[in-house]
Parts: sequence; C-alpha cells; structure tokens
Amino acid sequence: MRVVVDVARCRGAGLCTLTAPDVFDQDEEEGTVVVLDDEPPPPLHQAVLAAARLCPNAVIRVEDA
Amino acid sequence: MAGVDVSADPRPEARTPTLPEQRAPSSDETELRLPRARACPLDPPADYQRLRDIDPVARLAFPDGSHGLLLSRYDDVRSVLADPRVSSARSLGSNPVRVPPPEVRDLMRIRPGQFIGMDPPEHTRYRRLLTGRFTVRRMNALAPRVEQIVADHLDAMREMPRPVDLVQAFALPVPSMVICELLGVPYSDRALFQRRTRALLSMTTDGPTIVRVRDEMNDYMLTLVRAKRQRPEDDLLSGLAGRQDEHGGLTDEELVNIGNLLLVAGHETTANMLALGTLALLSHPAQLAVLRTDPSLVDQAVEELLRYLSIVQFGLVRTATEDLDVHGRPVSAGTPIVASIASANRDSRQFPDADELDVTRRYSPHLAFGHGVHQCLGQQLARVEMKVGFRALLERFPSLRLAVPLADVHMRDEMFIYGVHDLPVTWDDDGP
Repeated sequence: MRVVVDVARCRGAGLCTLTAPDVFDQDEEEGTVVVLDDEPPPPLHQAVLAAARLCPNAVIRVEDA
Repeated sequence: MAGVDVSADPRPEARTPTLPEQRAPSSDETELRLPRARACPLDPPADYQRLRDIDPVARLAFPDGSHGLLLSRYDDVRSVLADPRVSSARSLGSNPVRVPPPEVRDLMRIRPGQFIGMDPPEHTRYRRLLTGRFTVRRMNALAPRVEQIVADHLDAMREMPRPVDLVQAFALPVPSMVICELLGVPYSDRALFQRRTRALLSMTTDGPTIVRVRDEMNDYMLTLVRAKRQRPEDDLLSGLAGRQDEHGGLTDEELVNIGNLLLVAGHETTANMLALGTLALLSHPAQLAVLRTDPSLVDQAVEELLRYLSIVQFGLVRTATEDLDVHGRPVSAGTPIVASIASANRDSRQFPDADELDVTRRYSPHLAFGHGVHQCLGQQLARVEMKVGFRALLERFPSLRLAVPLADVHMRDEMFIYGVHDLPVTWDDDGP
C-alpha cells in the first residue's frame, strides 16, 4: 500500500490523524496533513482506508490497496 | 420546477410523482415544507423515512414562497456538501424554517471573517489561519484541563439539591469554560454570551431583538479584540490578532466576526451534545450498561451519539452555482438545496439498523460535523470534551437517571441547534 496526499486541498479537519495516528499527523502551524509513513504495514491498512474514506475533502489517495 | 426532470432518472425510486411546475404559493398544503414534527424526541422527524424511500431529491417549499430541494439520503447529502459547484456564500437568504424578519436582511450579507458563509478562495484564507489551532494534537493536549473542568463541575453538582438541571450544572458550563480559556474570553461574562447565543439561534426571536443582540455581541468582541491587541495574552484571539499572512494581518472587523463565530459555535453545539447525549443514554438502558461495563467504548459511543442525534436539525443550506446533477436529476443554477444531516445519518443504506443507538458501532462515517471544506473546524475539541465529559459523568454518577419522564423533557424544537432546554436528573446517595 502506498499513501499519497494532496496537501493543497487539505482543510485540516484532522479525521485522518484521529483514525490512523501512526500514518497521519497534522502540521503544527497549518493543521494540514503530514504523512508519517507512506508505505504503512498491513496491520494499518484498514485504518488508512477508513481515513481516506472519511476525509471530507478527498485528500488521501491509496494506491495498490 | 425548472431543472428537476424526474423522467430523466431511470431508477424506480425516482419515478414517484413529484410536484408540478406551477403551484399556488405557500398556502398550498400539499407542498412539502421542511419536516419538523418528531414522533420521538430522540429521532428526526418521521417524514424523512418516507422522503429517503420515495422522494430523495424532493421539491421543498420555503416559508417565503420560494422553492428548492431537500436531500435526505446519505450519499446525496455527502456528495453535495463536498461539491465545489455548490455554494455556502449564496445561501444566507434561503431559510427553510422561517421568513427572515425584515430588520435582519442587512445582517444576511456576509461580513469579513464570517468564513462559514464563504466559498473558496475567501474561505480558504480564514480556515488556514485557524486549522493549526484546532489539530488533534493540540486538542488532545487540552484533555487534562478539560478533565479538571469536568471534575470541578461534577463535584459541585453532587452537592446540589436534587433534582439537578444537568444543562446548567454541567453540559453548558463545561464547554463554555473551555472555549473561554482557549479564545481568551473572560468566563465571568458567560451569562452575557450564553443569553445572546440563545437569542440568535432561536427561530422565534423577533427582528429588532436579533439586531440588538448582534450589535451587543459585536461591541463586546470589539472591546475584547482591542484589549488583545494592546496587551496580547497566551490565547487564540491574541494569536490571531498578531498573525500575519500574505494578505497582511486581520482587521478588527475580521477578528470580531471570527471571535464571535468561534465563541458561539464553540460552546452551544457541544453543550447540546452533552445534554442530549446524556438523555439518549439514559433512555437506552441497555446501551448505557454496555458503556458503563466498558468505558473504553466512549470513543465509539461519542461518534454514535453524534450520528444518532445530529443536532444541526434543520439541515445545511447550499446553493447550486451552476447546472448540475443530484441523484441523477438535473438541478439548475441558483437552486437552494437543503442537505439534511439528520436524515442522512439515519439512512439505512449507509448505516445498518440506522435507527438503533449502538455504542459499539465501529466505523461510522457520519455527517454530524458536515462534509467538504466547511466540515467543523472545532470537531476535535468537541470530541475531547464529549469523551472526557461522558466518561466522567457516568463514573461519578453510577445511578444517574432522569427525574421526569422523557415526554416531559423540554426539547429545543425551535432552535437551530437541537437539544434540551433543561434536563432534570437525580441519583442515589450510595455509590462513590
């Protein structure tokens, strides 16, 4: 699994950080998404997919899921 | 109405007869008005079930005689709220509940800083200035302080003569104090802003009162903003006052409008979720028992209560800025669209057993905080307050129960944010 984000579209709702905190964080100043692990291990895949689905601005793309 | 052509949609559920082009204005009783009558105070109006099943993109009559659409299904509500062709900025004049009083017309023009009524790119600038202040990390860091505030209020509540009004003792003061400390608003002024908020969010407040209360709020916040500029403190308003971006700094007017928006949204919504959420749990003893047995379920319980209760009860109003399709139906530019969060969150196409409160529900992509660029800025703060608040309330009051029958609880039917006006509760002396 590879995680790609479009930071320009991010509005910092934080649902990704809430849902998959090992994979996503938020920029300290801007609040926008920061990817901590763009190739997360399988145990985290379900949470990453949930985060991608929850994102209110469809910022997160998951490849080879 | 122009732009809604049901024959274009081959799906069976879309073939139900809709209203013809020309209708007598609002006197016609067969016209669909925004559903408001609740059979049960914890459920959305029952009409939404029928709308979801047979008329998911319904022609809606507004009280002023104009018409728009009412969306009731999860998929439609979600996609419209995320659609960049659908505007928040043009929607202020469309009120599905009441004809705005004439005195208020001037207030419906969006002022600098009122970003919830803006579209990108204006919206984006304000949101950027604020999102960094409401991150998951920052809000989690507030948890110890929220725990202290919650504990103090619950300690005080234990000493009160029963029955106690949970709204005044707990649900309203806790988020009020939290947002005051975060923004840098004196908590001693809470009676003022709580009263003004109540007036502004009621659908029955008369025009002159709305104008007066709005002026009072602006005067109050302007004084505060000027004080923050003179003597900055370690709070959000001071930080915003000193913040510079590529457009320069924020004006007093912008700061006043942002400050009032955060103050109102920051206490009223969470207060109602705490009180109404408690009512929902007390009215579902089996679910309450599950949560009491395993308090670690509180994270899921909070999401479930958000979904189940959907306190933004009249839906979110948007306007199509160009011709588009909703649920396969053409919608013409300029059409106001009411997206019912409360209905979407009870759509069984998305949520199995949608009308059941289930605190063990795992993945819940509810729309209680909205969707798209306007999704609630303060949602992570609200989550922390609710997780801490519900957990501590249930721990400290093992025998908490309603002191009146559910049918006698005074519901906020006329308020933009649903909930209870007061919640009489009691408990037994034994227990910790």
